[in-house]
Formats: sequence, C-alpha cells, structure tokens
Amino acid sequence: MYPSRFAYEAPKTLGEAIALLDASGGEAKILAGGQSLIPMVKLRFASPEMLVDINNIPGLDYIRMDPDGTLRIGALARHEDFEHSATLAETHPTLAAAASLVADPIVRTRGTFVGSLCHADPQGDWSATMVALGGRIVAQGPNGKREIDVRSFVLGPFSNALAFNEIAVEAVIPPVKGRPAGSYLKLERRVGDFATASVAVALDMNGTTVGRAGCALAGVGGRTIDANDAISVLVGKTLNAESIEAAADAVATAADPRTDHRGSADYKRHVVKTFVTRILNNIANSEQKAA
Amino acid sequence: MSSLFDEVITPGADVPVRRITVEINGEKRTMDVEPRLLLVHLLRQGLELTGTHSGCDTTSCGACTVLFDGRPLKSCTLFAVMADGHKVETVEGMGSASELDPIQEGFKQEHGLQCGFCTPGMMLASKALLERNPNPTEDEVRWALSGNLCRCTGYQNIVKAVLWAAEKMRDEQNEEA
Amino acid sequence: MALDEIKIGGMGASRRRVEDNRFIRGKGKYVDDVVLPGMLHMEILRSTVAHARIKSIDTSAAWEVPGVRLVLTGEMMAARNLAWMPTLSYDTQAVLATDKIRFQGQEIAAVIADDPYIAKDACAKIVVEYEQLPAITNPFIAQEPSMPIIRDDKENQPTNKVFDWEIGDKERTDQAFAEADVVSTIDLHYPRSHPSPMENCGSIADYDRATGKLTVYMTSQAPHIVRAAVAMVAEIPEHQIRIISPDLGGGFGNKVPIYPGYVISILASILTERPVKWIEDKTGNLISTGFGRDVYLQGQIAMRKDGRILGMRMHTISDHGAFFADAQPTKFKIGLMHSTFACYDIPAAHLTSEGYYTNKAPGGVAYRCSFRVTEAMFFQERMIHAAANDLGMDQAEFRRINLVKDDMFPYRTAFGFLTDSGQYGKCLDVGLEAIGYSTFKEEQEEARKRGKLLGIGISTMTEPLGAGNSREYDIIGIKMFDSAELRVHMTGKAILRTGAKTQGQGHETTWAQIVAHELGIPADDIVVEEGDTDTAPFGMGTYASRSTPVAGAAVAMVARKIRAKARKIAAHLLEVSEEDIEWELGRFYVRGNQERGVTIQDCALAAYSNVPDGLEPGLENNAYYDPPNLTWPFAAYICKVEVDAETGVWDVLKFVAVDDCGVRINPMIVEGQIMGGLTEAYAMANMQYITFDEEGNCIGANYMDYLLPTAWETPGFELHEVVTPCPHHPIGAKGIGECATVGGPAAFVNAVMNAIEHTGVRNVDMPLMPNRVYEALQTGQNVSGMPPVKVG
Repeated sequence: MYPSRFAYEAPKTLGEAIALLDASGGEAKILAGGQSLIPMVKLRFASPEMLVDINNIPGLDYIRMDPDGTLRIGALARHEDFEHSATLAETHPTLAAAASLVADPIVRTRGTFVGSLCHADPQGDWSATMVALGGRIVAQGPNGKREIDVRSFVLGPFSNALAFNEIAVEAVIPPVKGRPAGSYLKLERRVGDFATASVAVALDMNGTTVGRAGCALAGVGGRTIDANDAISVLVGKTLNAESIEAAADAVATAADPRTDHRGSADYKRHVVKTFVTRILNNIANSEQKAA
Repeated sequence: MSSLFDEVITPGADVPVRRITVEINGEKRTMDVEPRLLLVHLLRQGLELTGTHSGCDTTSCGACTVLFDGRPLKSCTLFAVMADGHKVETVEGMGSASELDPIQEGFKQEHGLQCGFCTPGMMLASKALLERNPNPTEDEVRWALSGNLCRCTGYQNIVKAVLWAAEKMRDEQNEEA
Repeated sequence: MALDEIKIGGMGASRRRVEDNRFIRGKGKYVDDVVLPGMLHMEILRSTVAHARIKSIDTSAAWEVPGVRLVLTGEMMAARNLAWMPTLSYDTQAVLATDKIRFQGQEIAAVIADDPYIAKDACAKIVVEYEQLPAITNPFIAQEPSMPIIRDDKENQPTNKVFDWEIGDKERTDQAFAEADVVSTIDLHYPRSHPSPMENCGSIADYDRATGKLTVYMTSQAPHIVRAAVAMVAEIPEHQIRIISPDLGGGFGNKVPIYPGYVISILASILTERPVKWIEDKTGNLISTGFGRDVYLQGQIAMRKDGRILGMRMHTISDHGAFFADAQPTKFKIGLMHSTFACYDIPAAHLTSEGYYTNKAPGGVAYRCSFRVTEAMFFQERMIHAAANDLGMDQAEFRRINLVKDDMFPYRTAFGFLTDSGQYGKCLDVGLEAIGYSTFKEEQEEARKRGKLLGIGISTMTEPLGAGNSREYDIIGIKMFDSAELRVHMTGKAILRTGAKTQGQGHETTWAQIVAHELGIPADDIVVEEGDTDTAPFGMGTYASRSTPVAGAAVAMVARKIRAKARKIAAHLLEVSEEDIEWELGRFYVRGNQERGVTIQDCALAAYSNVPDGLEPGLENNAYYDPPNLTWPFAAYICKVEVDAETGVWDVLKFVAVDDCGVRINPMIVEGQIMGGLTEAYAMANMQYITFDEEGNCIGANYMDYLLPTAWETPGFELHEVVTPCPHHPIGAKGIGECATVGGPAAFVNAVMNAIEHTGVRNVDMPLMPNRVYEALQTGQNVSGMPPVKVG
C-alpha cells in the first residue's frame, strides 16, 4: 500500500519526456493512466527510480480515423473513450465489444489503451484485440519515430520492445477494406477479474465472404496468443456451420492454456472454441438479418 | 484565497517534495508533497478529509472513489502530485451545510448503507453516473457501480437509492424548467 | 390518547437510520480516522513462506531508516512474556514468531515509525533467513506420518490433531440405520472463506505513563472481552484499560478475535510512550485474520421408503490453521454443528468431529456463521437434496414430510436443542408459490429440449441464534449474557448504552425503537451508544446474531424497570394508589378515568423534582439478561438458475426468500440484513473462496484472487415474511443477521445440481465456478474442492 520513493517529473512536451527517459539510463518509467503501473509500485513489485508523467502533454488524447480508414489512438486515449464512442461499434466492433470488459468502470476513466499495450499483461484485453486487428505501435525516441508490429511489440510477460528511451505515442489499426465484423468475448468470474479465457475476432467482409480474418486470445497462455493463422481458414469462405466449426477448432488448437485455479487447460481450450463459435454465429446471423 | 503554503505533508527536511495546487471541494489548496504520496492519503492524512476510505491494495474495492475533474477515480491509484492543477470532489463536498444532495438523501431513504464504509465511494460514482445519464435503468446503475464493492447491503437498496435520487433530481429539474 | 407507535418510531416502524446522518456526510469515525497527538504508525512484516524454521532475523538496517522509532521482534516480545498469547479456545497463538513460521502471512516483526510509508520502507529492509519445511494444506495430510508436527512448541502435542469430539446417541442411530430401507450419503467440502468486511482491522494503542491508563481504539465486535483479555496478557489492571470500538466498517465475525497487531501496538505504545496506530492492509486481513469454514462434511441419513427420516449421522473434519483460535462457546469444539437437522423431526442422530492444525491462518468460526451453523445447514440441505433424489421423491414433498409440524413445539431435537416456535410448512408454501414451483418441472423439460439447463434449489432451515444461556454457553469461562443501561433525563430524553457493538446492523436506530415501544418516548429522543468499555455496561459483543435476542432483550427489560418506577411516580403525581394506574403508550392514567393521566415525560421531570417518600430520585437503570433459550428463526430460500452448458456459467433467474424471525423491530433493517446475507451466500456459492497451492501459498490474499461479487453479478432477491413470535423473548423477536448466509448457499448449489441432475453428478463443491460446473457436465463425476497437496 505504500510505494518506495521515486523521483517524479511532469514534462509538458514529448521532447522533454524523451529526454528524461534518455538521461535515466533505463531507470525511469512512463506514467500515463497508471492503473496498471501504480498498483505494482504500491505493492513494491516495481520500484522505478523515476516516473515520467505524460498526462500534461497536450494533443495525445485522441481516437480518430484518417480519411483512408486508418484508426489512430493517442497515448492518452482512456478506456472509457472507447466505451462511450458513438461510432466504434460500427467501425471497429471488436474494440467496441472489448471496451466495456476492461477492468471496471472507474479504472476505465483513467487507464489508457496504449498504456495497457505497453504493460504487456498476458491476460490483457486490448493486446488481444490489437493482434486480431493487425495493429502496430508508433514509438518515439531521441532519433525520431518508428513503427512496431504489435506481434513483435510484446517480448514476454510485462516486457515490451520499446527501448529505454522510447515512448509509445500512438497505436495504429490498419483500415478495413470491406465491412468490419467481429467481437470480443471474455469469461470473467466477475467484473474486474482477469480473463479465464478471452477471444478477439476481427473480420473484414466482402459481402458474405470473409476477406480477412484476425483472431487472438488472452488468458490461455503465457502471452497473448496470435491465432491469426488459425482463423485464416475462413478466408475466401462464407460463414456456415462447417466453416465456423473448422475455424473454432483451429483457434482452440492454437491456444496454450495452463491448468490452474481458474480451470483445467482442457476447459479453457473448450471456452475458446465456444467463444469463437458464438462470435462467428452472431456475425452470420446478423448478416442473414441484414440480407 | 488560501495562503500559498497550507500544508507540508512530508517527514524529513532532506526528502524532495513538490509543490502542488489542487482544488478540493471548490477550494484551492497548495501543499508540498512527496511524489510517492497517494491521493487518498493526501485527502485523509494531509487534509483530514476522512470521508474517503482506503479498503484494499489492488485497486479493486472503490472505497477510495472521488471525482477527479468530474469523473470517478480510485484515489488510491493516483499520486497526489498528479492532481496538481486538477479538481477533486470528495463526499465532504456533497450537498451543503443545510441541505443534503439528493443522492445522500436517497441512500438514507432507501437504506442504501449499513456499515457506511463503501458509501462515500458509491455515492460519488452514482453522482458521476447521474450527471451523464439522468434516467438510468437498473442495469445501467448496476453496471456503473460495478467498480465499487459492498459487503453489507447486497446492492439491491443501493440501486433503489440511486433510482430514488435520479427521480428526485429529474423532478427538481422539471420544476425549475 | 395513546401515541401512534409507528409515528414515534416504535417497533414495526421502518425508521430511517440515525447512523446514516454521519455516514452519508463522510463523518463516520472509523479507527483509521482517529488521530491522536504524537501518534506513530506501525507496519507488520509478514512471512512469505507457510512453514519454516527461523534461522535469523536481522533488523539492523530497519533501525537505520530515518523516522523509525522502534523495531519489534519475537525475541523482544518473549523477553516481556508477550511472544505468545492465549486464544479464545484455550490454545496459544504466536504474537510475533520466535522459533518457527507456521502459516504464510504470519507476523514476524513490526516497525513503528513517524508515518506508514517510512514504516514500510523499514520493513522492506528486515532480512529473515528461513529453513523451509513441508507445508500442510489440508487435514488429511496433517495426519500423514511423514509430515512434520506443526505445534512443536506445545507439550503433549504428538500429532497435528487439535481435538476429537462427539455428541448424540450412537447406539440409537446405528439402530435406525439398521432398520432403514434407504441410506443416502454425501461428502462435501465447505471451503475456507473470509468475512472480508470492507474495513480492515486495526488499533490505536495509547498508554499514558502518568496515569497508568491504557486506551485502545480497536476494530472489535466485543470490546469488553478484549478488555479482559488485555488485562490477562499485558498485566495492566482491568480498571486501567479502556477499549473503544468506534464506527466499524463491517465485522461479520472478522473483528471478534484478538489479533497480534493489537497486542504489538499496545507494547509499542508502552515502549515509545506515544500513541501507536496499526492499520492492516487488505492482504494482511485476508491472509492472517479470522476466516470461516474449511470443514469436510461427511454424512448419511437413514430413511423409510415412504420418505420418513429415521436417523442421521455426520462426521466433520475441520481445518483450524496453525493455532486453535476459534471464538466460540467453550463446551462445543465444533461450534453448534449439532444444530444440523433441527428443523426436521428425526429421532436419532450422532455427530463425530475431528479438528486439525494446518499451515494456514488460524480460525474457522468467524464468518456470519452463528458458530458453524453455516456448515451445519449447508450439510443438512445438501444431504436432504441428495436423499430426496435417491428416494425419487419431490424435493418439497420430502421436506414437508419431515419438517417439524406447528403443533409439535416445544420440540427437543435428537441432539438436545429445544426449538420453541415456527410455521415451517407455511414458509415453505409461501416460497414455492412465489417461485412458481408447480409449473417448474414442465418449464425445465421444455427448456432442456431447447438446450437450456434450468434448475430449482430449495433450502429450509431453523437455526440457533442468541447464545446463550449460562448453563450451556460461555467463552473462556465468561457467561454469554448481555446488558443495557438506560438513563431518562428530566426533560424526558434518554441515553441508552448496551454491551453490544453494532457494525452496520443499525443498533443506534433499532434499540431506540424498543425503548419507544416500552416507554412511549419517541425514538428520536433517545441516543444510543455502544463500544466504549468505560461507559458501556458489560456485554459479550455482537456476533452470531445474538444482539437482538440477548442485548435487545436487555433493552426491553431495562425499559420495563424504568416504566415500573415511573408507574410509582405517576401514582404519586395522580394521587392514587399504584393498583389504580393503567398504562397506554406514552402515558399512565387513572383506571376508569382515561382523561386523568400523566405522560412519561411528566414522570421523568418528577423523578428529579418530586418523588414520593421512600423512592430514590432519578430515572436510570440497567439490566443484564441471561436468555432462557436460544431463538429459532426459520427460513425457506428457493433459487432458480439457468446453466450455460457450454461454459458452465450459471445465472440466477429468480431468488425467493421467506424469513420468519419473529417480531421485526425495523422491517427495513431486517430486509437489509437478509439481502446482505444472501449476497454473501451467493458469493460463496459462485466465486468466493481461499485456497492454497502445494507449497502452502495462499491463493485468495487479495481482491484479485478473493472474489467478492459486484452489483453487476449479484442477483436481485424477492423477500417474503412470516411472523411467529418467539415465546420467551420479551418482545417476541428472534435473531436474523446471519440466517441468509447460513441457509442461502445450499439454495444456490441445489439449484445448479438440479439443473445438471441428468448427468448423475451428486456433488460439486463450492464455489461452483464455471470450470467446475463444466467438468461435472462433461465427466458426470463429482467435483471436489480440496486443494492440491504434496506429501513430502
């Protein structure tokens, strides 16, 4: 409950923030929403020497779509911005579905999407949606910006690919070519629990045919599970009982769950299969309704 | 206007502190604090506003909920220094000396509290809800309060309290209109 | 001309709560809100391992941290005879570890500093060297010869067994089983669960060297017991000890035991000559303080094929953690477990019980359990459920056949309890009607065709509340009466103090209602105080739903004493003899001339200004109440669920609660207690438990692992009322605070078991988490909740 001492800076520009990280030689951490970092610091699981608070840097709190359909998410976009968006349910249904399942409503007023990705919790919800959507992270350091595919961004539990003097300034989700479809289902025993198993599915539909399919899992491995290859069995197909079963099986096979007090590995794998099936069935049913 | 140096929270002379100004329940306070001081401790120990409570160590229970620039925040998961230049509202800022806020009234009328420990946090989270959604359904109330734990009431009367307050506030709005 | 009882806030009024006035303004005064001049702060260093020999504790670096005033270790406590303290079950408990660590989270050292941040910094600098030992995480491996003896500090403790106990008639029960047509068996684990009130435990100890007085603010549900215990342990005379329990943020039994932190803070205050505040964090609370349950319940009932139960036998194996620290009546090693089956007419019963030490936190009786009645009733209703199925009989019908009938009271149970009142059949009928029982079978079949699994579960029980009569009940020898002191002032206002200690039950509101009922003084004119041992009359505190039955009775009795004296004053004022005085609410009048009377307020003024000769002035008195019997509320809880066969997730579609707790002082508050209790029942049935891994690591020591339901998961409850007054209680009331926690869990579990009945599964241990329900559906096998073990 009582953190150890640290130095604190609250820069007003990105340049200042990067300079502070650079000077720290790796002993400083970025503080954005703080809803994952501060609990760790309080319990002394993390004891950084310096915290660089970026909340006072203007121009980072956006979720916006470029004319070409690219979705750009600034470093200070809060979870609840996704939950309360009027347009996201239509443009990015996977994100919209996950938004209300991240932590709890109060934490969502403060925690950030990009911060959550950087935290790299193997059970993180946003990480799974990003992998399913084929997103990437824009990192900015003393030598300028670079883009990192989200699948290369997480190195391991709570470990990301940023250099010690880089800040993740934006998350980018490539445009959807056809009609976006998808969802996020999470088995949590109560609000705020980590996932026993969760599934993110993001499809790019050409009429009733699947143009692109993305899928990722949380809670069923030591890291976010990339099930994009597994779900690619849907590409070029329509959604019917057979194709859905094949996809669900393939994704379940890609899971790497551990047996623990939340359940056996078999159980978690089964939940993955069930969730994939439900999400795809829902998409198929709403297509039928639309038609 | 309060004086520039109202409070010094920290112990030793050689511990680095930072000067912050926070508007607390409408009043600007300037204080010198250690960066590691949690906002909940600034409120409780520094400013003796003990209505905000500290319940858990995992940002789970919400007993420490305050309004931060009008949005609900778990004050145990923010450093006081981060509140510099911002507005904080605690339970002590609800209602006035002579009149209760309708939410406070609702909690009393509908038996929405027993031991009272979760109550300030519940009421402030409810206040934030009703500001955005003056006519919530029961499900919307339950969803909005799912970041605040209560051990005594079973939540049913808390929901009734919030709906009672919502109705009273809508009536008052209609009267004014 | 009598006052309107509801208008003056008497009994039956849903009077809005007095305590709310400060709580809704954030002006409650909980222990952590209290600040004393010069106060220091204490943090406890807890063990990270479950079982180990301590090789060394090095606190030198901790002493060096600026702002640290004192670092205490077990060795320093031992030098003052304070390293060990007695428990409420005649065992001893380590205050600070000396030789060994015996559970993960055990107290090793304490730092006292200028603020808690510094104290924590210093704790982090203490270096402890351990030699790990195998950890015992359940009572079965505690019996393995290869496993170590945990309590090697005790003489005459050759094994890890704490006790053997037995009650009932073995011969008669064996006979019943020999005659039975059908015998049903069940084998359950009621997992370890923790009361987890929102407010953690803590104390502020303030020893004044000049006066020799020790004042301790403490999160205690029983401050007078604490005063006595501190007098014994700290060797400070009892009249120089003041325990103040201010506002408590929930208790549920967690704030009954005396914790090492309290004792250490007292010594720290004596040594530093400053007030010392210790407030634990949630992890400390969950990992080390009084928990509930953790019992293995095995039993059988013997039946005739027409459904009549002939006998019941039960064996319990309880896990007490590292020290036997249960707070319960001395005579009963396994609490009131033998109240099981009290609502059924059973001629023969036998209970055997064994208790074991394990490497876990001490306790077992501290969770809204009425002294293990939660276990008794869970076992009962799970056994009944299984037996009805074994007989092929309807659940409600099987219960109806065996429930004690209205005309059988007073009824002596096979274990010797005397139940005295109830309308069990009526409660069941009201519940069945409300849940739509008659059409359910159809609904269930139809749903199953659509691939949906619906289930209904019933739980009916009566429970013993209001410990208790001095012949049978005591805690460390102190009898379990309770008390009330009432002072009526000259303007007719009053102050009432009792030996109870409210933690959210609303005593400040309800006790005044009893006085209003007895004396006609408006409840708003009566202030109620509890919790300060310097001013409150001696009582045994509030837990086990005993306050309305015992302290509430004392309140009624003292009010009647006051009224009896006021009657004499009234006679004097009205210049008639006492025999000619009649009473109606709020006033005395002359028989035959109702207009001629005096109010109770008139009598109060006269008590100080115009008493008759021979009568002492003043209008103040007290009462100590030794209850003649326990009270016996009854409940029928019925739950309807839907189980998602694909994931094992289950939802409550409807929950009906029918409670008969006799006369209700404040219906609104009674309903609040029931809903709170049902939520805890739901929590235990669905998600809430403490478990351990093979190394003895506690899983459930924070709110990420120990799951409390939020407003989103918690179902709504439909409440119904039946009223059968208690024949011996002065106002006909029975206890209620724990009924729902006691009877509720079986309703949820029976409902889920009913939904998956087609698999043949007999039992899934609580909590019925989705993975367990799924496993049952897939395998058709029982699912046990026993934690994984390593025998080494």
